[in-house]
Parts: sequence; structure tokens; C-alpha cells
Amino acid sequence: MSAIRKEDSMLLQKQMISDHYDRLASAHDEGQKVVYTFVPGNLNELVRSFGLLPVLPEINALQSGLRKKSGEYIAEAEKHGHSEDVCTYVKCDIGMLKKGNIGPTGRQLPKPDLLLLSYTGCFTFLKWFELLREEYGDVPVAMLHVPYQANGRIEPHQRDYVVQQMRTEIIPKLEQVSGRKFDEDRLRDMLRLSAAAEDDLVWTLESAKKTPSPIDAYFGGVHYIGPIFSAFRGMQSAVDYYTALRAEVQERLDNGQGPVTPEGPMGKEKYRLVVEGPPNWTSFREFWKMFYDEGAVFVSSTYTKVGGLYDRGFRHDPDHPLETLADYCLGCYTNLGLPTRVDLLEQYIADYNADGFLVNSVKSCNSFSVGQLMMLRQLETRTGVPGLFIENDLVDPRYFSAANIKNRIESYLQMLDQKRGVAA
Amino acid sequence: MQRAQNLSEDIDFAAVTEWKARGVGRKAIGHMPTYVPRELIHAAGMLAVGITGGGDKLEIIRGDAYFQSYICRIPRSTIELALSHRLDMLDGMLFPSICDVIRNLSGMWSMIFPDRYVHYVDVPQNFDTEVGGRFWRRELETLRHDFAQLSGVAIDDEALRASIAVYNENRHVIRDLYRARSERPWIFPMSEVYYLLRAGNVLPPEEHTSLLREYLALAPLETSRRDQDRSRVVLAGMFCEQPPHGLVMTLERAGCYVVNDDFLLGLRWLQDDVATTGDPLDALVDAYLNHSAMSASRYAPDGDRGRWLIDSVERNRAEGVIFAAASFCDPALLDQPMLVAALDRSGIPHTEFKFAEDTGQFAVIREQAGTFSDSIRLWSEA
Repeated sequence: MSAIRKEDSMLLQKQMISDHYDRLASAHDEGQKVVYTFVPGNLNELVRSFGLLPVLPEINALQSGLRKKSGEYIAEAEKHGHSEDVCTYVKCDIGMLKKGNIGPTGRQLPKPDLLLLSYTGCFTFLKWFELLREEYGDVPVAMLHVPYQANGRIEPHQRDYVVQQMRTEIIPKLEQVSGRKFDEDRLRDMLRLSAAAEDDLVWTLESAKKTPSPIDAYFGGVHYIGPIFSAFRGMQSAVDYYTALRAEVQERLDNGQGPVTPEGPMGKEKYRLVVEGPPNWTSFREFWKMFYDEGAVFVSSTYTKVGGLYDRGFRHDPDHPLETLADYCLGCYTNLGLPTRVDLLEQYIADYNADGFLVNSVKSCNSFSVGQLMMLRQLETRTGVPGLFIENDLVDPRYFSAANIKNRIESYLQMLDQKRGVAA
Repeated sequence: MQRAQNLSEDIDFAAVTEWKARGVGRKAIGHMPTYVPRELIHAAGMLAVGITGGGDKLEIIRGDAYFQSYICRIPRSTIELALSHRLDMLDGMLFPSICDVIRNLSGMWSMIFPDRYVHYVDVPQNFDTEVGGRFWRRELETLRHDFAQLSGVAIDDEALRASIAVYNENRHVIRDLYRARSERPWIFPMSEVYYLLRAGNVLPPEEHTSLLREYLALAPLETSRRDQDRSRVVLAGMFCEQPPHGLVMTLERAGCYVVNDDFLLGLRWLQDDVATTGDPLDALVDAYLNHSAMSASRYAPDGDRGRWLIDSVERNRAEGVIFAAASFCDPALLDQPMLVAALDRSGIPHTEFKFAEDTGQFAVIREQAGTFSDSIRLWSEA
């Protein structure tokens, strides 16, 4: 493989992340407090409005996967009695903690001053932070229970429930930890910045409707969602990032170019695919290569909606700060009932003119995975578009069988060719 | 006892069909394990039916096609029950918020059976009356409305209070049974109690209460039952997928008296009487917020995750804990390290194994439980 090619926006993001981890590493020395929280349903603007720094354990886990460290961390957690059956993000995080809590930049992460348990779309989150509470001892926990959108719509009492929890549980604890009073105007300013960045993110994701698509909305998409799903939503740096990203993608659109892969510009677009489910992180590049080598590009993905379904119209609304945060939490992808998820995928397949779709089913994430076999059948029946089902894991390298996966991808794409031949 | 066994092993749910046939227009509502407000179903004149999978009596033919190999067994056997028309007598299905598997199963159910009533019961994880309580009351109002529509019977406060009283009685006799078993487990062996509890999945609560009362009166008359040199253990981790009866028998044969457990926890989720005066929905809300059983699927705001288990050990004079979680059960298996740590801090012995509802080989479990029981008897300080 030749040297890895990075777009300017990727370099910009890399710098943002690196700076953030550096700030975290020295946070306690500089008297800055730290809040651990989760990606889906994160209250980044609220946390940041108190001058607190967020740490996202899922991001640490996926970074460990990318850096090939997750295997040893998972083994460490299993050595301490964690079952081989459960979520490997949790075990990777616990293992990393047991081995000194060294972050992706090689510096130790600070202990949390608050565990903000945003229980959105994933039951395991609840257990994860109960486990961290055990590990850290006397760290306070602020619990935000976000009800499930089983019927695919936000009920007013669900919104009220989330807002009430923010008022009575979350904000008081953030005030206590930060020593600052809640400043609603500051929050509104940040929400305004969020909405601006969200506009550009949606524009970028929807650029894939063009043929050829200028982006890969899955393997590239996970980079594009990075700032907005993590520590930077509501920050000027995120607005700047998405402005730069949009300009970059616009240039590729103008030139009729496809996505940029780690090996440079992708060749001719031959297959347009939609994907359901998170990617594998331990063999991320290898997995991507299996697709781009064949001319397959992902034009839309559900994973890039776990931290917000912006492409369906949601924007953070500075005029209703707590209500908009509640709607954001309630609307994250894995908080939606299965029928809504199938409807969404069906729309993606139509809107993005997809030839096929992939279900990447990961062992670790029941929230995503349970029901995916049925989703596959439903989508094939409704759209007539054939699907591919692959099983692996988020960060456990034991569950990525490269040869097997590659065979399945190649067979699937051959089948798409045959189908086209028949149609022609 | 034979009746209880037949009821608990009948995967065709004949008792439910018979109950429906005894009256015109009778309806039955199924529910997955842990807590649902059965009082509301009862007050609408319907039968609440506990669905706890297919156990070891059901061959899975179609259910496996719906789930990956790393998903626990209960959803696939429940789907199998439904696709084999064994649940056709149900007029609706409730899915409590136990975990992501059961949550997503609710969506699968509504896609497979678009014409049937399906509801995800989203219980609060915030226990403040004005916050979680208000949310839960609103959820209960929805259920009250839905059940009234389904049954054609308006649920007035008086009817609901009467149903609360019926279930209070049922929970009362279950508590009596558990107390009696804890005091004299040789008279009320777990292998029998388990059948009796499972009968509560399909019987109207009044009948179930009578059955339990009868057993409490008759079991002590069995003069052949003698105390034996066994270890007293608490069993934990079986609040959702239920073990095969053979596993329970195996533990007893391995030298254990099971003096407490979390089988069929939904039957006794509310640990105290629900008020039968005042607003009945408020009473149900208060009971859920303040008198719920602790389980892995419920957030522990005070942070003392293992306290309930240690209390159970102490209250039941148990000498150890056996963790028996269903394979791939995220809540139980994620909970376990915290509970183990709590037991270790208190010096309480424990052992762990996993099971599936259709586990058929018990030799290894018998050896492990036997060794654990022996070690307690031989080496405990008492």
C-alpha cells in the first residue's frame, strides 16, 4: 500500500483532536474539570457552556481499535472478570483504564470529575458508567434517561421528561462540578454554532446523491461526523472544519471526482451502496480497501446518524435551548424503533440511487444488531435491491475474518453485475 | 404440583385459550419478563400472560433465521412461538425495557404482526416523583387508554383499585412462599417453587394465589421431607431468560438449597403492597419508583450496585451466591463484575456459570455447583 493520503480537512480534524487530548492531559494541572459522556445524545454544548471538557469513552475505544491496542485492552478486561459475551467497547475502555488510561496521543487521560450518563439508544451505556463509577470510586454521576422512540415520533411527555431531567439533575450537577451558574445565553450562542456546522455536514452527506459521489459516506463519513459527534459541536472550530470540508467536497464535485481513499482518489465508481451498522475499527483500512478496490462507494450510511439525524431536518434551535437538546437526544438513530430504521434505509436506497446495501452487523452492539436480519429481508422485499450481510465486531480483532469477508464482498458485487446484465 | 408443572411446561398455552373460551370477547395480553403493570390489564377484564421463551421444550426452526449467533436464546424462541402460531391467542404484546434485545424485538414484532397491538413499556430510570414519576404516570395513562380500547371496557379508578388489591394478594402469597422456602427449603424445594411461579405466567392472579396457598398448606404435610446437609445459596442472573427445570434440579442435587433467586422477577417486582386508596395510577407510580426490586436492568442511583444481593444473602442466611446468567445476556453479564466485587468485599463466596433456556447437559454445572457447595460446607468459618 502506498503512503496514506489525507485531505486538508482530515489534517485539520487531526489537529483539533490532538489539541483536545493535549488539553485533557493537562486539564487537572490547570484546574479544568472533565466530564465523561457518550456520543449519542451527548450534551456537548451544555457541557462546554460550563467550561468543562468532554471525554468520550466510545471514541477512546475506537481510537484504540484503529491503533491496534484494543485486543490487549479487551484481554485485560476479560482477565478481570468481564464476560467474553459483552460489548467490546466497554471492555476496551475498562482494559485501557486498567492499563493506565493512556489516550491516543500517548498521554494519560484525566479521571472524570463527573460521569454524564446520557442513556440514549443503548442500554449498555447504563451498565458502562455503573462500571466506571465502581472503578473511579466517588465520582458523581448525572443520569439522563432518554425514552425510546418506539413509534418513530417524539411524544410531548418524552420531551418534557428529558427537559425536566436536565433542569433537576444534569444542570445542577454541572453547576456543582464546574462552580459556575448555568448561562442560558452562552448555551444559545453555542447552539447557533451547532446549527451552522450541521448545515454544512448535511450538505456534505447529501453531496453523495450526485454521480459519481464525491465522498464515501461510510468510511469517509466517519471522519466527517467526527467533530460534530464528539467534543466540538457548538464550537467555532467545528464551524471552521465543516466550512473547509464543504469547500473541499465542492471542488471534487466541480471536477467530477470521486472520494479520496487512503491510497488517493478512488477509481471509477461502479457500485453505489447504502450501509447499515457501525464499521469495524481494528481493520478499518483493510475493510475499506475491499470496497474501493472494486469501485464500490458508500453513498449513505446509518452509522453516521448515531449522533444525530440532521439530514431529516433536525437542527439545534437556539430559541428553545433545552427542548432542542431533548429533541436531539430523542432523535438519534439507535433511539428509533426498528420500523422507522427500515423506512429510513428504504428512503436512502431510493434517494441515493443505490445498487445495493450492506448490513455490517457487529457482535458488540445489540442496539444496532438485533433485528438486522429482518431489516435485510424487509429492505430486499420493499426495494428489490439485494443486500449483503457481514458479521464482525467494533474493536475485537478476533471477530474480523478478512478472507471470509472479502470473499463475500466479491461474490456480492459479482451478483450485482449479473443482476445488471440481466436487467440490460 | 402436577397442575403447576403442566401449566409451566405447556408451550401451547392451552390454559390461556381455555380462559378466553370461558367468556365471550375475552382478551389476553402477553408480556416479556420483568415489570409490566399487570393491574391495568386485569382491570380491563383481560388476562396478562407472561411469555418467557420456549424453554427446552421447543425446537427452533424459524427463530434462528431472525437472530445472529451471538444473541441470547429468549428472543429466537419467542419468535418461534409466534411464527408457529402458538401465540395466536394473544391480542397484544408488551415489551418491557429490559435490554436492547427485547427493545428491538418490540419493533420486529410490530413488523411481523402489523395488525396486532404492540407496546414498548419504557419504565423510568429517574426515580424523582416529579420527573420520572410524571413520565411514568403518562405512560400508564397511555396503557390505560389502549387497554380500554382493546377490551372495550373503560378502566375506572374503582376497578383499578380492585385489581391492585388482587395483585397485592398475589404478591403477598409469593412473599409468604419465599419466606417459607428460605426458612425450610427442604419442605419447599426450589424445583417445586419454580413450577408454581411459572404457573403464574398463564393463570389469572386469583387462581394463581389459590394454587400457591394450597401448596403452602399441603407441602409441610409431606412427612418424608427432611433437612439435609446442604449449602444455602442465593441464585442471581435469571431475571429474563429462564433456566430449564433440569438446571434447578441439578443445583439441588448438587447439594444446594436455593433460598432466594430472581426467577420470574416480574411477579414480585413490586416488593410492597400498592396503595388501594387514592388515585390508583399515582399508587402504581409510587410503587414502581419506591418499591421496585433491584435488577441489572434498573439504574442504581445510589451507586451501591451489590447492596441488594448482600441484603438478600444476609436476610436469607445464605452461605454463598451462584451467578447463573443466560449466555449473551448483556445486563446480567455486565452487572456481574460489580456484584462479584461487592461479594468479595463482604467475604461472601460465589461461583459463576452461564446457561441457555434449552441447556440439556448438566454434568459440568452439577460438578461446579457440587464443588462450590462442598467448599462452603467444608471450609466456611461457620
